[in-house]
Amino acid sequence: MVNFIWLFMLLTGITVAALSGHIDQVTESALKAAELGIEVAIGLMGIMSLWLGIMRLAEDAGLIQTLAKLSSPAIRLLFPTLKKDSPALGPIILNLCANILGLGNAATPFGLKAMQELQKENPFPDTASPAMITFLALNTSCITIIPATIIAVRMKAGSANPTEIIGTTIFATACAMGAAITVDFIFRKRSKI
Amino acid sequence: MKLITEAARWAIPFLLFFIPLYAHFRKVPVYETFVEGAEDGFKTAVKIIPFLIGMLVSIGVFVDSGALRILIDLMKPFFLKMGWNPDLLGVIPLAIMRPLSGSGALGVATQLIHQYGPDSFIGRLASTLQGSTDTTFFVLAVYFGSVGIKKHRYALKVGLLADGIGLIASIWIVSRVFG
Repeated sequence: MVNFIWLFMLLTGITVAALSGHIDQVTESALKAAELGIEVAIGLMGIMSLWLGIMRLAEDAGLIQTLAKLSSPAIRLLFPTLKKDSPALGPIILNLCANILGLGNAATPFGLKAMQELQKENPFPDTASPAMITFLALNTSCITIIPATIIAVRMKAGSANPTEIIGTTIFATACAMGAAITVDFIFRKRSKI
Repeated sequence: MKLITEAARWAIPFLLFFIPLYAHFRKVPVYETFVEGAEDGFKTAVKIIPFLIGMLVSIGVFVDSGALRILIDLMKPFFLKMGWNPDLLGVIPLAIMRPLSGSGALGVATQLIHQYGPDSFIGRLASTLQGSTDTTFFVLAVYFGSVGIKKHRYALKVGLLADGIGLIASIWIVSRVFG
């Protein structure tokens, strides 16, 4: 499916540009996007190093284990295939916390770390494990209580009350998260492996 | 609400203060441990470069060429037929952009907020929508890519279905609260 969407976007984009006489746009966009990829990765290097360093401190100090123990009933329910003391638990929990707080920059490092840990427990290394899919579903639909970026945009646009959308955002994300958990559960039951 | 925005400002400084301090009390050699952990950051960031570029190029060409705009124009009659309020059509570009590209969606949301006003219906809906879903397609490609997963199985379906529910929930709640 990803292969199809990727090809579809690329080919339709080029076709539309050709038909509308903006073929130069394709070259420019493609090169710009490739450059942007490196910019994002370099930016991420610094942020990832910072948060993985802090995470290691929290791990060695026993903080992550405490956090994992506190949230383990909920996590166990969501990830029935994970072992009780799985090393993936720490980064999964931190990623979800960062998402809830709207700290997008901190969420990615923990998310990638969680994927690495989940991959170590995955019996089929080229196929997504059920735990990985549950994690991604939670990750992309997670409840957000502080949508910091959009509040800043609203402030700059001169809103009378920039934070008034916090309540509606919490509601909408709670619905999305509930849907993600339900749909994931149904798919997981329906498929084997 | 004021409290929540304050909490956002303090969250990161608090973590950077509290975690190293606590680690120090637990006799962890703080600096060495930090550096050890940080080492992984570089490797992971390098590993995701091909996936980042692959996605960004395809999405970039699709959006900049005007193909996305054509797709949206094609979808408009469909939404009108389904009984959508014509006011709602303004957020379709955002709804489609949101799962594809974070910076792209933020750009669309910012433009909508400025065009219609932050305290208009569309402005509030765009704000809620921007805050409420993630770049599903992109996250999937990069997260799976970083560990070499080729078969995504039902992951994209789950993610996009959740995004759809998030969109419907956003429209419903914003119409109810502010409508």
